[in-house]
Amino acid sequence: MRNRYENEMKLEFLSKSNNEAFARIAVAAFVSQLDPTIEELADIKTAVSEAVTNAIIHGYEEKEGMVKIVCKLIGNSVVIEVSDTGKGIENIELAKQPLYTSKPNLERSGMGFTIMESFMDEMKIESVVGLGTKVTMKKKIEQEVSQKEEDCAIKA
Amino acid sequence: MKSKFYEEDKLLVLEITEEIDHHTTEELRRKMDNEIERCMPREVVFDFGSVAFMDSAGIGMVIGRYKLAKMFGASVCMTNVRKSVKKIFEMCGILRLIPILEEKIG
Repeated sequence: MRNRYENEMKLEFLSKSNNEAFARIAVAAFVSQLDPTIEELADIKTAVSEAVTNAIIHGYEEKEGMVKIVCKLIGNSVVIEVSDTGKGIENIELAKQPLYTSKPNLERSGMGFTIMESFMDEMKIESVVGLGTKVTMKKKIEQEVSQKEEDCAIKA
Repeated sequence: MKSKFYEEDKLLVLEITEEIDHHTTEELRRKMDNEIERCMPREVVFDFGSVAFMDSAGIGMVIGRYKLAKMFGASVCMTNVRKSVKKIFEMCGILRLIPILEEKIG
C-alpha cells in the first residue's frame, strides 16, 4: 500500500541550543526534494529555528527534554510539526502578539510566532499547560519551473 | 566575529562571521559588549556581509548592543545586509533606530 504522504521524516533531539542549527539544516535538506527557491528555503529554515528555539527556552526552560520534528511532503507543500513535552503555553493569543516575550531578560524580541506566521502559509499552535506544545506549519512550494514548462508545451 | 577599530574616526566595525540564532548570540553578545566597552567608539557598524542565516535572535542582539552603544553616546548602523536577513529586521521596525548603510565600510 502506498504511504498516505509522499514523503515523511521524523527527527528527535535533546533540547540543546546547538541543535537549533542542526534542526533547520536537516529540515531544509529534506525539503530540498521539492526544489524550493533560495528564499523559500530561507523562510523555512527561519521558521524551524524559531519553533525549535521556543521549545528549548520556553517549553523546557533550558532544562533537558526531547524536541521532536515531523516533516511531511504532500504534493507541492511541506508540513512541519515541532513539538515538545515541556511546560506548555498558558495564553496562546498573548504569546502570538508581536513583540510580546515572557523572557525579556534574555533579549528575546518576541517576534518568533510572528515570523513563523508570516514566513509560512499556515501556522497552528496546540498547547496544554504541563503537557507540552505542538506547532504545525505549512508552506506551499511554488513550482515555477514546471509551470514554465507547461506554458511552453501549450504554446508548442 | 571579527572586530576592527579605526582610532581617528572612533569607528568600531563588528563583522559577524557566524550564523545568528539563540545559540550563537550568547557568545556574540559577550564579545561585542567587550569590544564596545574597550574601544568606546563614537560609531558602531555591524557588518552582516558574512551572515548566511539569522533568526529573531538577531533582533534582540542588535537592540541590546544599540542600548549599550547609546550609553557611550555612539551611533549604530548596519551594512552588507542580505535580503533574507533584512526581511527579519524589516518585520519589527528596528531599521528606524538602526539604519542600513548602503556604502561599503572598511
